Amino acid sequence: MKSVDARRLLCPLPVIRTQDAVADLHPGDSLRVLCTDPGVIHDIPAWCRVHGHEVCDIDEQEDTITITIRVGSH
Amino acid sequence: MTEKRKAVALISGGLDSLLAARVMMDQGVHVEGINFYTGFCVEGHTHAIRKKDRARPKRNNALWVAEQLGIKLHMIDIIEEYKDVVINPKHGYGANLNPCLDCKIFMVNKARAWIDANGFDCIITGEVIGQRPMSQRRDTMPVVARESGADDRLVRPLCAKNLPATRPEQEGWLDRDRLHAFSGRSRKPQMALAAHYGFEDYAQPAGGCCFLTDKQYSVKLADLWATRGKREYELDDIMLLKVGRHLRPRPNYKLIVGREEGENRFMEGYRKRFVHLLPTSHSGPLVLLDGEPDDSDIELAARLTARFSQGRDAEYVTVEVTGVDGASRALAVKPYPAGQVPADWYL
Repeated sequence: MKSVDARRLLCPLPVIRTQDAVADLHPGDSLRVLCTDPGVIHDIPAWCRVHGHEVCDIDEQEDTITITIRVGSH
Repeated sequence: MTEKRKAVALISGGLDSLLAARVMMDQGVHVEGINFYTGFCVEGHTHAIRKKDRARPKRNNALWVAEQLGIKLHMIDIIEEYKDVVINPKHGYGANLNPCLDCKIFMVNKARAWIDANGFDCIITGEVIGQRPMSQRRDTMPVVARESGADDRLVRPLCAKNLPATRPEQEGWLDRDRLHAFSGRSRKPQMALAAHYGFEDYAQPAGGCCFLTDKQYSVKLADLWATRGKREYELDDIMLLKVGRHLRPRPNYKLIVGREEGENRFMEGYRKRFVHLLPTSHSGPLVLLDGEPDDSDIELAARLTARFSQGRDAEYVTVEVTGVDGASRALAVKPYPAGQVPADWYL
């Protein structure tokens, strides 16, 4: 699975890194995004909703938040 | 059947761009949003830093607007390219270091390149004549259209009736009569239009979305440029200007003093790049030292660190000083008397 390291970046940069990574993927592909800014818990799902992607999982472990996305049809 | 016309809307997250996009959608135009991240945006990161802001809803207003409208939002990182706008604005600055006119020209130009690359017909902004003192005036709005290269493909639906007809109007696929003639600083027409569309929860007035319009922020940026002897910055520089108290006790260094737990945690990420100080005998702030200090500077920095600690009234406070090489030493210092910190040390 492709992964994006957006740790230490503050929103909206993790969203932008996610968007740029998704642009290279195909419908049905998955993407894992590692973040530290708690703002991503709201912003990445919001970005996914407006673009038709699915958030499969949000995992918070200490300071790292891992969000797994399944790419929808662009 | 004719193909649906397409427009990209500059979405700041405020009410005006929300309404401008909605007005176009009312006429059957396919609208997508574009949002530019300069590094100076108040949106986003600021609520992640300060603990007191963590209780607030963590909402990106541009994304929220896109959701309300049911449109896609393309978020573009322009941090590097934007530096030239901030450092060398052709049209100068506003009241602070805000290059509003150059900024608008730059963003509309980026949007113009985007519509050319993506086969869209025009650009939408939420501009209103007379609303902003620099970029939204009768004499500067044509400058934005001309210098961005957007020309008559730039549509301002909220004040279109006060401006010459744009290409979509001339071509007949946008009805000028269903556009608006707002002008001036009053927000009432926008609030009425928001009510008409059923928008109740929207971000408050435009203009507060950029740190460069903030006087204190601009003072700190000007100080950064003056002391470095060059008008340059990196993203980390402008992020650090948003956090902590900034004090410059001597020309060769300044201190960034964390004001609370959230800022201290954010600043911890920068410890390896700066000499930093932390009280150990009492609880207190993380302090980053930006500059080239000598031993007497370190002593003063430690006393100031003690002044902002819980030991401010103690006879001595122990402060750990760590260099960029990672080597630490402990200094026992008298806290700098609170009332004697000169006001002009604060940036």
